[in-house]
Amino acid sequence: MDQPPASFQDLSLVEALRDGLREEMARDSRIIILGEDVSMGGIFQATRDLRAQFGSQRVWDMPLAESAIVGISIGAALAGLIPVAEVQFADYLFGAMRQIVNEAAKMRFRSRGDWLCPLVIRAPYGGGLGAGPDHSQSVEAFFAHVPGLKVVIPATAADAKGLIKAAIRDADPVLFLEPKRLYQQSNGPVPTDDYVVPLGQAVIRRVGQDATVITYGAMVREALSAAEVLATDDIDLEIIDLRSLQPLDQTTMLTSVHKTRRAIVLHEDARFGGFGAELAATISEQCFAVLDAPVVRIGARHSPIPAHPGLEQTILPNATTLIQAARYLVS
Amino acid sequence: MAIRDVTLAGLSRETLLDFYFKMWLIRRFEEKAAEGYTLGKIGGFLHLYIGQEAVATGLISQLRNDDVVISSYREHGHALVKGVDPNKVMAELHGKATGVSKGKGGSMHIYSAEHNLLGGYAIVAAQLPIACGYGLAANHQHLDYVTMCFFGDGAVDEGAFHESLNLAELWSLPVIFVCENNLYSMGNSLEKAWSVNSLEPRAAAYGMAYEKVDGMEIINVHEAGQRAIERARAGKPTLLEVITYRFRGHSMADPGAYRPKEEVERWRSQRDPILLLAAKLREQGIATEQELQQLEDRASGIAEAASQFADASPFPTMDDLVADVMIDPTGAIAWRHQH
Ligand SMILES: Cc1ncc(C[n+]2csc(CCOP(=O)(O)OP(=O)(O)O)c2C)c(N)n1
Ligand SMILES: [Mg+2]
Repeated sequence: MDQPPASFQDLSLVEALRDGLREEMARDSRIIILGEDVSMGGIFQATRDLRAQFGSQRVWDMPLAESAIVGISIGAALAGLIPVAEVQFADYLFGAMRQIVNEAAKMRFRSRGDWLCPLVIRAPYGGGLGAGPDHSQSVEAFFAHVPGLKVVIPATAADAKGLIKAAIRDADPVLFLEPKRLYQQSNGPVPTDDYVVPLGQAVIRRVGQDATVITYGAMVREALSAAEVLATDDIDLEIIDLRSLQPLDQTTMLTSVHKTRRAIVLHEDARFGGFGAELAATISEQCFAVLDAPVVRIGARHSPIPAHPGLEQTILPNATTLIQAARYLVS
Repeated sequence: MAIRDVTLAGLSRETLLDFYFKMWLIRRFEEKAAEGYTLGKIGGFLHLYIGQEAVATGLISQLRNDDVVISSYREHGHALVKGVDPNKVMAELHGKATGVSKGKGGSMHIYSAEHNLLGGYAIVAAQLPIACGYGLAANHQHLDYVTMCFFGDGAVDEGAFHESLNLAELWSLPVIFVCENNLYSMGNSLEKAWSVNSLEPRAAAYGMAYEKVDGMEIINVHEAGQRAIERARAGKPTLLEVITYRFRGHSMADPGAYRPKEEVERWRSQRDPILLLAAKLREQGIATEQELQQLEDRASGIAEAASQFADASPFPTMDDLVADVMIDPTGAIAWRHQH
């Protein structure tokens, strides 16, 4: 194995994310952070040490008031600051729904562009921690549905850093969903220079010929390990990590499906009414003539997430689920 | 030492010893749960009630079975005092099929219809409007049960607190709002969260009856509860602000670095509700040392048995896991699970 060049670092996803926040805050003094216990780093330590470096006027501890956390961030954004709000778990976003959906997402439209809302809302989401029905949900489908809101989900440490920077520099409200089970993973080298991963650009994580797997977040890793297993069966998967759900990079996805003629959409969220339904419909509309088989959708069973970690694993999809589906599809 | 059948603040010896036992039961139960968590048998988040035992015990002990209790994710103690079988609560924590919710709810969601325990809520302040809904229904149905709603000081910061108090007073709902003010919401201290250091003016803003209570003195807790329950049966809500302290971190995952060690130590050594009651019982000659020890041992035994029960219980099956999502009159959901 080649050593990565010196300008790369091995970081966990949360470390890379923190670096991204720190570099942006150093670059632009308009950026402020607001959230519960953020001065202590927040539950998952994404904002650790930022208070010490940037002071209490840039890192605000908020009481339990999610609607106010987002609402205050919106006001500050309209007035010229760039707030990065942390909502401690994505499940609490529902308490701020009125501000996100009714206010943030429509500000540009309602004011014919006089007011922009350059706001980032970060929230850990998804399962894998055994945190039970109210701390494990995948919420992306609710938000990707809202015109005016961008929805971004990193799957690697390098992307966490590059995407958070892009989100902060974006003039629209961005919901930045962090797969919490990946926080401590270090999956690939992280460039040390100032780079941005543009919103709305998917990436091909693995090139393959037999079927395209379109996925994002924690399922990217599952898809890659499934592909390793399937390679020994002579099934060659192409794996696409969407990174942004809104805006959505349809070109990368559709080009790949035209090549492989088979598609599997995979996410951790419940299958029924999930974001995968949108993907499957788009592929069916655009690639109908070349498809060898109907698009396969993989998602969680239609149930709230049970508390016990072992039980949780039985509800959520994983590499094994994908392996079975791919064997069936390609055979 | 002669045992006198005296009363303390109008409470019989039997009641006082029952308080003592229940507080030990909660403490021993929580210690066993902590052990299960450390051994990796309990997953997710585990919030212990250690230090706050007098609040649930002093208040819930005087409720009728048809009175409703609704609480936060720190609710094991409330469930035990409401009469839920410790085995089933412990099994729920372990994610076992014999748990109150077949292991699907876990530590933060203990429900028991039989005991009118309307759950623990993991979304802070979610339970306050729901309690008001129960109060509304009680009035509508001309029933005289009351709803006792427990929440932390952090819940006060949510809009739901204010929305609920206003309507409870406006509509004369039989609800008792119990704020277990343990001075911290996760790492955030009260000073960083509240513009006024008391709930009194907030209750006054809604015209609601209010009492501040020392939550480490179970007899005071009991007395304030009695007044609030009477008021609720007469159709008026109360806000009780019970000052207490959690002796452990916010959850098992929290090392609690934000609280000065001396502060924690002071509460543990000087304000432990169990030790405070034990001292009173001794002073007044209400119980012998041996009796106190027996009650403590009995509590330990029950906690130990609960832990063994949980260990020995099976995990739910896939059918259990996808059951109780909703009724399926057309079979469409079952179909989805097979395809
Ligand atoms: C709506 C919502 N926001 C944030 C959280 C995360 N959270 C869980 S408990 C807690 C602190 C609550 O403190 P308090 O109400 O005082 O109760 P205590 O834990 O002290 O019993 C926080 C911030 C949550 N569960 N729900
Ligand atoms: Mg508290």
